[in-house]
Amino acid sequence: MTPPSTPAPTRALRSLRSRLGTTGLVYLALAVLLAVSAALVAARGENLLTTANTVDLLTRSSLLGFLAIGQTLVILCRSLDLSVGYVAALSTVVAATTMAGDPSRVVLGVAVTLGVAGLIGLANGLVVTGLRVNPFIATLGMGLIIKGYLDTNFQGPAGEIPAAFQAFGYTRISVLPVSTLVMLGMAVAAVLFLRRTRTGYHIYAVGGDAEVARLSGIRSGVPTVTAHVLCSVTAGVAGLLLAARFGTGSATVYSGGYELEAIAAVVLGGTYLLGGRGGVAGTVAGVLILATLDTVFNVLAVDPFVKEVLRGVIVIAAVAVYARGGNSGARTRFPSGGAAPPSPGPRPGSRAAPDPGSEPSPQPLGGRR
Amino acid sequence: MTPTPTQDTRGSGALAALAALGRGGTATVALLLALIFAGIATQNPSFFEGPPLMAFAQKAAPLVVLAIGQYLVIVSGEFDLSVGSLVGAQVVVAARLIDGREDMTLPVIGLMMLFGLAVGLVNGLVTTLLRVPSIITTLGTMLILFGAVRYWTGGAPTGALSESFRAFGRRGIEGVPVLGEIPWALLIALVLTVGAVLCMRSPFGRSLVATGDNDVAAAFSGVRVWRVRTMAFVGSSLMATVAAVLIGGYAGVTAQVGDGLEFTAITAVVLGGVVLGGGRGTVVAAVLGALTLEALFTLFTQFYLPSTFQPSVQGLIIIAAVAYAARRGDLRLPERLRRRPDHPTERSLGTSRR
Repeated sequence: MTPPSTPAPTRALRSLRSRLGTTGLVYLALAVLLAVSAALVAARGENLLTTANTVDLLTRSSLLGFLAIGQTLVILCRSLDLSVGYVAALSTVVAATTMAGDPSRVVLGVAVTLGVAGLIGLANGLVVTGLRVNPFIATLGMGLIIKGYLDTNFQGPAGEIPAAFQAFGYTRISVLPVSTLVMLGMAVAAVLFLRRTRTGYHIYAVGGDAEVARLSGIRSGVPTVTAHVLCSVTAGVAGLLLAARFGTGSATVYSGGYELEAIAAVVLGGTYLLGGRGGVAGTVAGVLILATLDTVFNVLAVDPFVKEVLRGVIVIAAVAVYARGGNSGARTRFPSGGAAPPSPGPRPGSRAAPDPGSEPSPQPLGGRR
Repeated sequence: MTPTPTQDTRGSGALAALAALGRGGTATVALLLALIFAGIATQNPSFFEGPPLMAFAQKAAPLVVLAIGQYLVIVSGEFDLSVGSLVGAQVVVAARLIDGREDMTLPVIGLMMLFGLAVGLVNGLVTTLLRVPSIITTLGTMLILFGAVRYWTGGAPTGALSESFRAFGRRGIEGVPVLGEIPWALLIALVLTVGAVLCMRSPFGRSLVATGDNDVAAAFSGVRVWRVRTMAFVGSSLMATVAAVLIGGYAGVTAQVGDGLEFTAITAVVLGGVVLGGGRGTVVAAVLGALTLEALFTLFTQFYLPSTFQPSVQGLIIIAAVAYAARRGDLRLPERLRRRPDHPTERSLGTSRR
């Protein structure tokens, strides 16, 4: 995308960002992507926005959306959850075995599934805050524990989802699948949670700087644990959707690599991987971008392996554009930290650096550690 | 800025080792390894009679090599999630290019090294110059390698490795008394370990640890942070290439080769007490962590635990190991870090944005 050696597009991007905000920029990218894709598909004499394609796009985005919304909350408080794929897999099994094909047990099944998922989230949160284990390791370990349990006990499909609940996976209102509506509802709830509640504010505070948050009287463990619980619950909902679509519990869905895709969606949505900045609205756009790419690749019949390559390139390129878009200068936490060292990192020295004065040199983020 | 002192005090008597136990680090993981070996010995007394031990060393060597590479990246404050995919890609590419011909062995190994170098450079430069968090960079590289290699081979690996290529992974110096056969893999791992220890004591190694500890301070003191970190990524990719040669020789060519190795390598490094986020831990500890993990897997097979259960135990162990390290941090960390008891993370991921 933006070549690193030309500052002009970067500057243009930066001024665009200042007018639109990061989230606006993400939605702009989504709109551009949709337009380009529609043109590409139209050039081959087909139509991108047929009912089938739109439903496919929205269904894809609802599954990833559930996972990414939860992941956003966790990343906002500077944590991470690598266990969501495994939690979703476990949830399909729990839901299917609890419901056991009996329509009267649907409510029970949903409750048990979300309860189990919530408990896993609680464990994640407590390990991260109480034992102070790095979240990467804590949730990776939790994922491995669940994987071992699933591999040992569930070799094949388990349980059965009653038809009444399978409707959650297949019903749609014109082109809008019910699952997408649920996902959007959840996104709105998450936005309200972050913007309107005390804990929501605390999540941003803790993610921005846990020490400052603590000195301001926030018990920094509480938001982190809450975020982890909510993240696992959304992963449980994703598991319910998978179960409804498969009609049975399938323990092997964890191999889909959902956790990494969810993180990619969050980062694409403009949420800062180190916490404290971003939001759910951007994440929804990130999810839609990834789902659009998938759908377009399918319509254009791109080789599935090339698809992986393109996805990898696009995620890296998009994050690189965000990183260059100037968010290091956009929020200087402690401007009193003195002048930046002559060569604080690669930036000024390594590039040809035609006019170092035009680019605000990145400030060391004093509050980061 | 120096690495933790445990490495230097190692070997200066049992007393020093005992004293170091409370502090954790190299001595802790060494003790853990000894305990697991003792457990193996009670189950299978003939384990230490030479040939079985050499077989263990041969099996553990690739993970040791990968752990060294991952250590370089982790101690500089980054992650490398692409190594598993890289190992898989290298093995498949080698099989396709060699296709059973002996005379292709050395040129292809050379080509693999160049390919590893290129992947490492891309990882490093994208992370440092474009300021993409390393978890995203290497995740992207992982997807790219995964897709590209399968596209190139049409989904299933083709071709075959030559005998001389496979010799590195499964042959050795034969006819040695007592030990039977010293595997090449063990020798390669030993050489690389010694090389890594020397490297970590060189100015480059010191800069690497300093960068991981605090990259702003390192930059102020004249370290070229971007260059040091890029070198770490290159080192990691080269180590993954060596591991690919060993694994390809030992286990042969399949489409799944290398799957999940990145997390196993990170587990090994963390088990050695190396702190995610950088700046603390020694390369010897990372190597011991790899050996401990491999010994643990051996112990599982001896207890006839179902292999599907292994991930659960692996998960419990890494959580416990890091929780232990965090607890020990209470007693040892300098004032600067100790006064934030509620900080939920030691330091977070992908802190390359400077």
